[in-house]
Amino acid sequence: MSLKPGEVNLGTTIMAVEFNGGVVIGADSRTTTGSYIANRVTDKLTMVHDRVYCCRSGSAADTQAVADIVHYYCQMYSTQHGEAPAVKVAAAMFQELCYQNKDNLMAGIIVAGWDKHKGGSVYSIPLGGSLHKQPFAIGGSGSSYIYGYCDAAYRHNMTAEECVAFTKNAIALAMSRDGSSGGCIRLAVITEAGVERIFVPGNELPTFFEG
Amino acid sequence: MTSIGTGYDLASSTYSPDGRIFQVEYANKAVENSGTAIGLRCKDGIVLAIEKLVPSKLLVPGGNKRTQTVDYHVGVATAGLLADGRHLVGRAREEAAHWRSTYKEPIAGKQLADRLSSYVQAYTLYSSVRPFGSAVILGTFDHTGPALYMIDPAGNFFGYRGIAIGKGKQLAKTEIEKLKLDELSVRDAVREAARILHVVHDEAKDKDFELELSWICEASKNRHVMVPADIAADAEQFAQQALNPDEMED
Repeated sequence: MSLKPGEVNLGTTIMAVEFNGGVVIGADSRTTTGSYIANRVTDKLTMVHDRVYCCRSGSAADTQAVADIVHYYCQMYSTQHGEAPAVKVAAAMFQELCYQNKDNLMAGIIVAGWDKHKGGSVYSIPLGGSLHKQPFAIGGSGSSYIYGYCDAAYRHNMTAEECVAFTKNAIALAMSRDGSSGGCIRLAVITEAGVERIFVPGNELPTFFEG
Repeated sequence: MTSIGTGYDLASSTYSPDGRIFQVEYANKAVENSGTAIGLRCKDGIVLAIEKLVPSKLLVPGGNKRTQTVDYHVGVATAGLLADGRHLVGRAREEAAHWRSTYKEPIAGKQLADRLSSYVQAYTLYSSVRPFGSAVILGTFDHTGPALYMIDPAGNFFGYRGIAIGKGKQLAKTEIEKLKLDELSVRDAVREAARILHVVHDEAKDKDFELELSWICEASKNRHVMVPADIAADAEQFAQQALNPDEMED
């Protein structure tokens, strides 16, 4: 994929997992322009509403712009509607933007959060602008390397702690194989009670076979 | 009877010296002269009932309904100019469909009422258009439960537990106020609605009328549908008996 001059890429590994009562979201922290790491401590987990976040992969500019617009829409929705938008509604807003502008965007987004009707939900919106509700979702260039691990390690009805470990391990594995992913791991646990952020520095990553 | 505007009533864009917009008040007259429509919000659903006056025996029965469905979960009863009412329902359908397409969820009753009332109000601003000559009762059933709204030609809307519009509205309102709506089930409300419309119907002035009954409740899978024929017939019979308690029926 060819970047426009000066454009910056969220190489990325992003992930979100649903559990009973909320979701765990996670991402690496590397932003690249070609082979230069423009930001090694990026926060790719972006809030669009109190209990709805998105994980951004693809063009940094495109995903920031789209997330800003959805953040605005969600604020208007909650003010006019009198209640917070459901995760599904926020995902629908993302999809509308990503699909209608598919020719001009390079954005792979995972929308995840908690709402009072459905509890935790995870929605994946890949490049074309389709919408997929899944128990867990992975995205970004690093995700290619962890499909096998995720399929093998995922179990139904994991607790929040198990989901955090699952996400942390998966992202760590992706970061060790994908050149465009790296740095540290940022996680967040979103429940009715709020958003708990977890930071895993680069020297405290889970270790696996390194050769 | 009515106060005449004399000079201040030629256009919607003109206030009278005492702060009234006569064109909007005249539009309300169209509603007041039409057949009565009532809405009841019960503990488990919504009932809409309309006294549809039939001006000619040559008309096909069951046609020109004043009850319409906007989205699965929204029913509308109109009073006033029938064509204006149909136009407003068309607009409401567009709003509901657009909401579904944008947010992938059904529109909440309050949001729809808000949008429709903004639309109605816009037609009271300019001299180049006339205000809508109809009022709309919106019955909805969303995740917050049953809700009832009424939008008048001025664009005002309020939420109601029970509402009546049209020529018999004063009498109907008195009857509705006697009901314990919070304890009423839709089954009983259908009968009461039929009874109330028979009470307000003026046999001398308007001969024939059709009773349109519709509801949104568990029995209709939370969708707006016309009340099933057998239940409607039962309600009609209940209404007739209430009107003529001395007549013995076999």
